[in-house]
Amino acid sequence: MGALLRDALVIARKDLALEVRTKTGLVSALVFTALVLTVFNFGRDPTAVAALDLAPSILWVTFTFAAVLSLNRAFQLELENQALEGLLVSPIDRRSLYLGKLFANLVFVGLVEAVGLPLFALFFNVPILHVLLPLAALIAVATVGFVAVGTLLSALVIRVRFAELMLPVLLLPFLIPPLVGAVQVTSRLLAGRPLSEVSGWLRLLLAYDIVFVSLAGLLFPATVDE
Amino acid sequence: MTLKTRGRAITLLGLLLLGIVYVRAIWFTPVERLQGGAQKIFYVHVPAAWSTMLAFSLVGLASILYLLMKDDRYDRFAAASAEVGTAFACVMLTTGPLWAKPIWGTWWTWDARLTSTLFLFFLFIGYLLLRGAIPEAGTRARYSAVLGIFGAALVPFIHLTVYLFRTLHPQPIVLKPSAPSLPGEMLATLLFSFLTFTVLYVGFVTQRYAMGAGDDHVG
Repeated sequence: MGALLRDALVIARKDLALEVRTKTGLVSALVFTALVLTVFNFGRDPTAVAALDLAPSILWVTFTFAAVLSLNRAFQLELENQALEGLLVSPIDRRSLYLGKLFANLVFVGLVEAVGLPLFALFFNVPILHVLLPLAALIAVATVGFVAVGTLLSALVIRVRFAELMLPVLLLPFLIPPLVGAVQVTSRLLAGRPLSEVSGWLRLLLAYDIVFVSLAGLLFPATVDE
Repeated sequence: MTLKTRGRAITLLGLLLLGIVYVRAIWFTPVERLQGGAQKIFYVHVPAAWSTMLAFSLVGLASILYLLMKDDRYDRFAAASAEVGTAFACVMLTTGPLWAKPIWGTWWTWDARLTSTLFLFFLFIGYLLLRGAIPEAGTRARYSAVLGIFGAALVPFIHLTVYLFRTLHPQPIVLKPSAPSLPGEMLATLLFSFLTFTVLYVGFVTQRYAMGAGDDHVG
């Protein structure tokens, strides 16, 4: 178990180092997030629909779009110079490779969300400070689930024609449970309702995380091994 | 008899039985008191839904078996079953709204069962797209098996999601269909139709499976 995590962290560190040195991916994802939020602002009639009514959907649709776009990169960058083959022949467990990619993706998407959330509060004038801690926890729980599925599916599509289009088509049905759950819990949080009202949703989100992280870890070797 | 002709024979039998289903449904079953003629679509809709679920569950099962045994026949079966299931899903998703418009007053409602089958349909469109986009047979089989298993795990979550969504926001349904005691002729016709659609499923899958075997020889 220790070696599994240690190797995973090495992979994650490698990916993040690449990201920090080029910065293109991260900066594009951040600009994309800011742009989607602005577009949403013009997509509603401010006199007819209150910002708070739409806010949870806007936040989560933005996060999922940004995540879907960023996930493509994780395995795409390993195609250059057959880097993936290099990783596969190195003496590490396949599950470490998956976990490492998952960690790196989580950090990447987490950073985008960390910048997106204050921007969202600013643009739509939504007070979030009083629920910041539970909101951050909710974002973390929902993100783990869909990034776990997305990381595996992105490994499936790298060698496929139209990978950029294929990933969202395959991934979006999988985003329904975490997306709907996150929107429901966010709207209750922003409305100042007690968390006990949404315990069903929280359990659903946690169950989704557990089932899909373990299933992805189990199936990842079958995706990369010839 | 080759597999292909056997599949064709089973399909012909299924089509013949389907003719009998129509005749029975139109002339030999009573008209439902509240729904009138619209109710008769159930003899097609419900069995089509049954065949869809059967097809998609078997895709999940065949995917698991493929990853365990690495036998190409499971993959070919999964491919055939997914295609046939998608066709039955189209029948289900078109006959449903045809019935819902006069009875519920709306073509579509985001009811738990409707939503989960719709997403199941999207999932399998994605599955078939992925299969179509990978030229190499071994890779295609592995990737689609992984997606098939993932899809099978997703279905209960989608169902639970929509269920929770609906219980938090209850919406009145114009008329809820419930038939606590189905008259004998209706039940017999429905059961007969289940049998018919199962025969059709077997016939279609057998033919598609035989075609898949041919593909590999050519490719």
